[in-house]
Amino acid sequence: MEVVIKNNVYTQLKEKVPGVIFFKPVVFILCLMPFFFLLLNAINNNLGPNPVEEMIRTLGDWGIYFLFIGLMISPVRKVFNVSWLSRYRRMTGLFAFFYVSIHFFSYIWFDQFFSLQDIVKDIIKRPFITVGFICYLLLVPLALTSTTGMMRRLKKNWGRLHKLVYPVSILALLHYFMMVKADFLVPGVMLIILSVLLGYRLVLSLKNKRKRT
Amino acid sequence: MIIRSASKQDIKPSEITTETDYLNRREFIKKSGILVGATWAGGLSIPALARPSDYGNDYPNLIKTAYGKGEKLTSFEDATTYNNYYEFGTGKKDPAKNSTHFKTAPWSITIEGEAKKTGTFYLEDILKQAQIEERIYRFRCVEAWSMTVPWVGFSLADMLKRFEPTSKAKYVQFETLYDPKQMPGQVRRVLDWPYRDGLRMDEAMNPLSFMATGMYGKELPNQNGAPVRLVVPWKYGFKNIKSIVKIKFMEHEPVCTWNVTGPKEYGFYSNVNPDVDHPRWSQATERALGSNFWEPKTKTRLFNGYGEQVAHLYKGMDLRKYF
Repeated sequence: MEVVIKNNVYTQLKEKVPGVIFFKPVVFILCLMPFFFLLLNAINNNLGPNPVEEMIRTLGDWGIYFLFIGLMISPVRKVFNVSWLSRYRRMTGLFAFFYVSIHFFSYIWFDQFFSLQDIVKDIIKRPFITVGFICYLLLVPLALTSTTGMMRRLKKNWGRLHKLVYPVSILALLHYFMMVKADFLVPGVMLIILSVLLGYRLVLSLKNKRKRT
Repeated sequence: MIIRSASKQDIKPSEITTETDYLNRREFIKKSGILVGATWAGGLSIPALARPSDYGNDYPNLIKTAYGKGEKLTSFEDATTYNNYYEFGTGKKDPAKNSTHFKTAPWSITIEGEAKKTGTFYLEDILKQAQIEERIYRFRCVEAWSMTVPWVGFSLADMLKRFEPTSKAKYVQFETLYDPKQMPGQVRRVLDWPYRDGLRMDEAMNPLSFMATGMYGKELPNQNGAPVRLVVPWKYGFKNIKSIVKIKFMEHEPVCTWNVTGPKEYGFYSNVNPDVDHPRWSQATERALGSNFWEPKTKTRLFNGYGEQVAHLYKGMDLRKYF
């Protein structure tokens, strides 16, 4: 079902807004910018006195930002009636996975220096690392099943599986909260945003249920 | 402040050269930064060749001590742009940004509690009686980063003795200025202001305990706790309370801000200890400020390596219980 609708939207889009096809590479490059600037700053020794921390945190931040952007797409699309936005949902999701992956990889490399023993110990012993790790594990199947072929193969289950993005975003924010020492302002603002994004879906599903009964 | 004006009158041509060298040095660092950037893939880093005297000379008659002789110093740049000083914001760069207009003179300290000579004293009067010296100490933050700083200041014990604490004085509490107009971080109740911390009397009287008014041969930058801060190098950084306005001699263990915020995470003693982890992260290793991506973290030492001087203070105490 979803695939058919998607293709319909896509073909309609092609006819109505040919610019969308052109925009996609631009958006792609735009999404890579945070990574590009981080790399540039790292190469130029421009990440401050504690570059490893700066790098890992910046990557984590962008992981959360992209998760949130991804979650914004369907409400914004519906509220503002901009159907072409859904063309960018997969890309944002994959960028979230990209940033979280290098976030995790930077931790493995520059914080733990590939010491498997230390990493395992850390993941088991430190709740905030545990939460972050689980969050990453849950993201992997979403990234792996993001292709159109997988969508087609999984049919209804694809949608069910990809509902995992909700617990993932909650866990990602929990991971942030658990790291903070005293100032909860930034994750607090993120929590408000996430509450709106998830609350919207909750209200919508409740409405749908009522309609059916 | 007396110290400052005296040093200004005493300026010699040779010292002016030092200041020029200081400026040139930064330029040099900047340039080498670019160079390092270009050869980053090769894993090079800026060599830490700087000595305290390269940075400035606000204290021409400074007594150099044997403390920390030969230790590799953290750069002035790093030590002054990566700070935890929540009164000026919770980001590491916030204190340097938000403290530029902080007024540190005139400054007075109120002495209260179990001592014979209580009252309010001007800092300059306290400094007149103090022997100003330089000590290089390692500094270990509870967040598992570290630096090595040449502090300028005086012995805490020498100062405390002058107020003649009574036999009831078992502890000493310090308090930071509370002034939200000057300290924008205090507008929000991130911590239970004013910031307070304390020591047991024998800890305070230990020869290592130090009151810093300067660093790197210069007066203390505002973001580092000007005009006067505590330095107890065998304890985690947050015990080193900044911009002190009150010292109280007490019979009972004093309230400490971080201890109140997270009693399970930040104990009264907060001695550096690689075997007692913070509940959320390991304290076994630390990252020296200024180290690049390829440099391994260093192993944290019990009492930050000052066991010889302070271990006897905790004889027979379970350091897991009294963390």
